[in-house]
Amino acid sequence: MVIEIDEKTDFRTLNEKIRASGDKAVLLNGCIGQRYIATGVSEKDITVHGTPGNALGAYLNGGNVYVYGNAQDATGDTMNGGTIVVHGNAGDATGYAMRGGKIYVSGNTGYRAGIHMKAYMDLKPVIVIGGRAGSFLGEYQAGGIIVVLGRHNDGQPIINNFCGTGMHGGKMYLRCDSLPKSIPTQIRAEKVCGKDVKELKDIVCDYCRYFDADAAELLDASFFVLTPNTDNPYKRMYTNN
Amino acid sequence: MATYIPEEYEVVRNYDLCTNCGACEKQCANCVHKFNKAANKMVADSSKCVNCHRCVCICPVHALKIVKSQDVYRNNCNWSAQTMNEVYRQADTGGVLLSSMGNPNEFPNYFDKILVNASQVTNPPIDPLREPMETTVYLGKKDAEIKRDEKGRLIDTLSPQLKLNMPIMFSAMSYGSISYNAHESLARAAEELGIFYNTGEGGLHKDFYKYGKNTIVQVASGRFGVHPEYLEAAAAIEIKMGQGAKPGIGGHLPGMKISDDVSATRMIPKGVDAISPAPHHDIYSIEDLRQLIYSIKEATQYKKPIIVKIAAVHNVAAIASGVARSGADVIAIDGFRGGTGAAPTRIRDNVGIPMELALARVDERLRQEGIRDSVSVVAAGSVRSSADVVKAVALGADACYIGTAALLALGCHLCRSCHTGKCNWGIATQNPELVKRLNPEVGYKRLVNLLTAWNHEIQEMMGGMGINSIEALKGNRLMLRGVGLNETELRVLGIKHAGEDI
Repeated sequence: MVIEIDEKTDFRTLNEKIRASGDKAVLLNGCIGQRYIATGVSEKDITVHGTPGNALGAYLNGGNVYVYGNAQDATGDTMNGGTIVVHGNAGDATGYAMRGGKIYVSGNTGYRAGIHMKAYMDLKPVIVIGGRAGSFLGEYQAGGIIVVLGRHNDGQPIINNFCGTGMHGGKMYLRCDSLPKSIPTQIRAEKVCGKDVKELKDIVCDYCRYFDADAAELLDASFFVLTPNTDNPYKRMYTNN
Repeated sequence: MATYIPEEYEVVRNYDLCTNCGACEKQCANCVHKFNKAANKMVADSSKCVNCHRCVCICPVHALKIVKSQDVYRNNCNWSAQTMNEVYRQADTGGVLLSSMGNPNEFPNYFDKILVNASQVTNPPIDPLREPMETTVYLGKKDAEIKRDEKGRLIDTLSPQLKLNMPIMFSAMSYGSISYNAHESLARAAEELGIFYNTGEGGLHKDFYKYGKNTIVQVASGRFGVHPEYLEAAAAIEIKMGQGAKPGIGGHLPGMKISDDVSATRMIPKGVDAISPAPHHDIYSIEDLRQLIYSIKEATQYKKPIIVKIAAVHNVAAIASGVARSGADVIAIDGFRGGTGAAPTRIRDNVGIPMELALARVDERLRQEGIRDSVSVVAAGSVRSSADVVKAVALGADACYIGTAALLALGCHLCRSCHTGKCNWGIATQNPELVKRLNPEVGYKRLVNLLTAWNHEIQEMMGGMGINSIEALKGNRLMLRGVGLNETELRVLGIKHAGEDI
């Protein structure tokens, strides 16, 4: 099913059409900020040309969403399964509290990507950011994997302030030669080695399948892996009163 | 040097009655009682006692009582024993003081200073036993535009509504903070009573999906257990922005409380801390709140009302006005006396405002702005009796949430030790041995008893006022009078002083 959109298209009407469509594949042309596309959807392949609005693929529960353009804020909020591929940049809070599924962004993300990301049983979410990430990346991260490839060339740092604040589970991989100075002491940062090499390779290869990048070239670089520092955990000692 | 803090309560045993049966020892998770072989008698270590009254209730010969300890510090009106002990505890440990249940301190309780009207001579009272008395309420937006089709028939444009047989619901208490059996009791009671219980932010246990049509599920900052089926299962979805017991503070369920079952329900690994910080990190404005509301509405195809729960704080009326405009169908206002499974003592005891004042101001503000019909208002934060419900409705609430009262019906004795996880009544614990003490078959019947009685009392009070529909009581402040309240309090509550006529 193909749906032509313009600035007059109301998000509610559009999303009703998508849900009502019996077709697995839905193509949206001319998207201009319509919110909540693919929210709560499962088992559909939705292709968006243009710029989808906030909360693209919130509570997504399966299927695929391909965006040929930039995504705005809260892409994949509380996502449970499926894949979102953004051929461009993604805004703030990308993958907020996602529990499953995968988000691939060819460009950069704004603030708070992967915040509250978690994992459960066989659900292990992944976010791959091709360029750089804004501040608060992986804040309160409790599970899952965030990869930042640093393919941007605007001279900005690969991550910004407060990366991993409150992190207590999961992993972040950063592709950079030296560790950014702003990593908090509650995070352990090490050069990637051992089992992580294979895990990272698989994720980077997946990214390259979507974005026509050379995996071997991307992997031939220095990567750091960030995990919660168990020697220096967040202690909020309480006293019973 | 750890300070010895004298016990607050003393276990007193009547040895003339005690048969050394050992029931108290078996029942006490705090290990207060034990049998002293040498002396051939039961003895108690009062320093471990939290005064939950489990042993007192269970003792077959009524040999036990718990009394306030005589061992007190030198009298001081400024430095109470509690205040001194708090200093000692923090000097010993360097820890943040942690408490449970609602604020126990002496603040004015406005419900206790409000009296209800009754009819005399004209507009006679109505006897609820003989005449129909409507306590059913519908929660949701009532501002639908009236539209008709070409044949003049009404087109249904009403937003989704929650139908309650009485203006009372069970407030949010998560699985994790309370037990499986407590949740089952609440769910079954809600179903039988035709009202709703609320899962809190800990997800919905798979066994309880069958109570979905009487379930409100919560979405909080940590988004625990939130996924499409969870949203789909519920009758309504509540976004938790704040909680009366700890405004501005989030939740932190320690890893040790994340059992297998709690882990499966929250959809997080076993033993990992469940942190839900104070803010939603995607909400910084009313517009952002609107975005979360509409993402949930989209995910549930606009079939379910969305509740936004906020704590009663200083500018609550302006906040509620914003929430009403954000697309919420219902606003829940939680006052500073509301309960909690754990909160920092300083926050619980010092932050927020009384629900009665907040409710009165919110209702007034929404009316002034002409948007009262676009949202329902639910009052929470220590609704202790049917009289409190009647007063809350007359102050402008569509319905009330009860939490503490429901737990009392299940056996809670308000020892305020929920955060220790050793609830002897099987409510605020995940210890299987303790949980099984609460029989859901008995528990749900006690909840049904309580609210059936309350509903009858509400009908009697309404009848006394000559009102036969709860809708006619809503915001009807002429039915209320204050006693012993100053001008400011009366103005904020929007009521007259007792003795003043219209």
